[in-house]
Amino acid sequence: MKARDLTELAGRNLREALLRNSLTTLGIAVGVASLVAMLSLGVGLQEMASSRLAKSGLFDAVFVTSRANLRAFGGPRRDEDAAPKGPVRRLDENARQELAKLPDVVEVYPEVRFQTEIQFEGRPYGTTAAGIPLSALADGAFDNMKGTFFSGSNADEAILQIELAKDLSKQPNSLLGKDIVLRYAERQTIPAAPAPAGKGSKAAAEDSGFESDGLSAGFSMVSRELKLRIIGIVETEPAAGFGGMGRGRLLIPLQTAQALRVAQPADMREMLRGATGKPTYESLTVRVKSPGDVKAVEDSIKSMGFGTFSIIDATKNIQLFFTVFDLLLGIFGSLALTVASLGIINTLVMAILERRREIGVLKALGAADRDVRRLFFAEAGVMGLVGGIFGVFLGWLIGKALTFGTNVYLSRQQLPPIDLSSVPLWMVFAAIAFSFFVSLAAGIYPASRAAKLDPVEALRYE
Amino acid sequence: MGDALVRAVDDVTLSVREGEFVALLGSSGSGKSTLLNLLAGLDRPSSGAIYAHEKNLADMDSEQLAHHRSHTVGMVFQAFNLLPRMTLEENVELPLRLAEVERAERPGRVREAVERVKLAARLSHRPSELSGGEQQRASLARALVNRPTILLADEPTGNLDSVTGDVIMGLLQEINRALRMTIVMVTHDRPRAERFSQRIITMADGKLIGDGAGS
Repeated sequence: MKARDLTELAGRNLREALLRNSLTTLGIAVGVASLVAMLSLGVGLQEMASSRLAKSGLFDAVFVTSRANLRAFGGPRRDEDAAPKGPVRRLDENARQELAKLPDVVEVYPEVRFQTEIQFEGRPYGTTAAGIPLSALADGAFDNMKGTFFSGSNADEAILQIELAKDLSKQPNSLLGKDIVLRYAERQTIPAAPAPAGKGSKAAAEDSGFESDGLSAGFSMVSRELKLRIIGIVETEPAAGFGGMGRGRLLIPLQTAQALRVAQPADMREMLRGATGKPTYESLTVRVKSPGDVKAVEDSIKSMGFGTFSIIDATKNIQLFFTVFDLLLGIFGSLALTVASLGIINTLVMAILERRREIGVLKALGAADRDVRRLFFAEAGVMGLVGGIFGVFLGWLIGKALTFGTNVYLSRQQLPPIDLSSVPLWMVFAAIAFSFFVSLAAGIYPASRAAKLDPVEALRYE
Repeated sequence: MGDALVRAVDDVTLSVREGEFVALLGSSGSGKSTLLNLLAGLDRPSSGAIYAHEKNLADMDSEQLAHHRSHTVGMVFQAFNLLPRMTLEENVELPLRLAEVERAERPGRVREAVERVKLAARLSHRPSELSGGEQQRASLARALVNRPTILLADEPTGNLDSVTGDVIMGLLQEINRALRMTIVMVTHDRPRAERFSQRIITMADGKLIGDGAGS
């Protein structure tokens, strides 16, 4: 019998005992739903954990410093093996552009963080300001902020961390749209002075081990003010840069922060080393496309003569944990489907008893054992397929209901909502296919029993 | 009971010519239905041979026997054995599905078969909506739809009143003459067998005890 005829006959047979077959199919649907709900929770939690980790900026970033600074810290050398013997590179704008050109690098930005004082309604408040790149909007830390994100990369705008906002006002939300004045020390470069005989600045630079263009410079510090408009208040501290080291309570656009040329502790060190007058960075954060790219990019940066630091890709371990977790959830979810498959066996065995005479007629009319077997298989398969489709939908609904319930609880705890369950497309197809094949397996015994019926005996059956 | 061997048909040698209308006559338990089942390929002989168009059914596997039932023979039963949830048209089409006849060809074949049994007006009716005679005619149409060369009928008038029974017998006779189709009919109704069939074979206790001319 051709597949289309087989399917039509199977569908007709299933419609005949509609209630019984519907209940059996519902059993399969519940089995698949439990499987999908379990797996969707597993996948949802995995996605949540992975995205939180990715958003933390810990796993897709390489922290770059000048090798000299690492030495100066007196800490252990992490990059001993890769250390080239050449001059120590300065971490300046040229280096930044060079790093940005490396493959798989998304962006390179400096850590700009400084102690400052702000004036609000005539009162001073000491705090830490930090430059935030516009790409930080994707971090998720700003997802539930009040107000808006920076309108541009060099806007005179500020986002306050909630604790600072509470210091400024008892009603933090009322701060939105108001102005604050930022006070800071600007570094102003003093042109190079003639070198004393025998021990010039060039010689000093060479002694320090740095590459040098032969110029030396000093700088002075000048007190400055900048008026900033408060445009947002953020609940959690956004992870700005590597490991949150750049965190501040007053957040301003990175380019605005850089343009301030705030005097940094590194300036003093650079001057002592015979600096060129060009600004150097304390550190740079190199953000790569994915955590898997960190190793290669870090190696490249080391070979350029910089010190690096990164956290080894922890997502692999997380993936392993969740694979085992999903497997266990899947096993528990499959138990319900196993019970449902017993329902299929029961339904089809009952159908054989009821349709014994019909099987005899089919055989008398020319049906081969194979046709009868395939007919019962098709019936089991259709129940599996329909149950699978319905079950996936049901499982998705259960996941959504759990997410809804969880979010109601979280909102009462004044915590941001989460997406607890996730049903990716692969799970939809895998669950339907699994249901289909489990149903076919359940149909093996009834189908072979029907196929073996003696037609003469079956025709005699009343 | 148990392992005791019952010889339902024993030491029977019978040859039916092409186009012959043969009635197998005998009382209950004489072995006539078993012989018909052997001819249909529904049952297998424990020994001996059954040739249909020079092919030995005893040597065939289950697939080949299914092909024999689908393409060589058509069967009519006393209880009609129409599938109750299918319409007349679907019942008649069923052997075409099993024989994997092309879909486009099926409506024509179904119409040809139901017109032969004069039931074209009832195509959309279910068996429960048909009279006993109509059900048997539908069963006959189903047996004819695959254009078999042999028609096997097991007590085709057993569940019908005498008038309707005569109509069915008349139809069988017409089919035999018009299509030159070989018919082997099991019956215990001697007068009707003598009126409609060309040859009457009598059985008792599994053996042939008589072979004579009919009408």
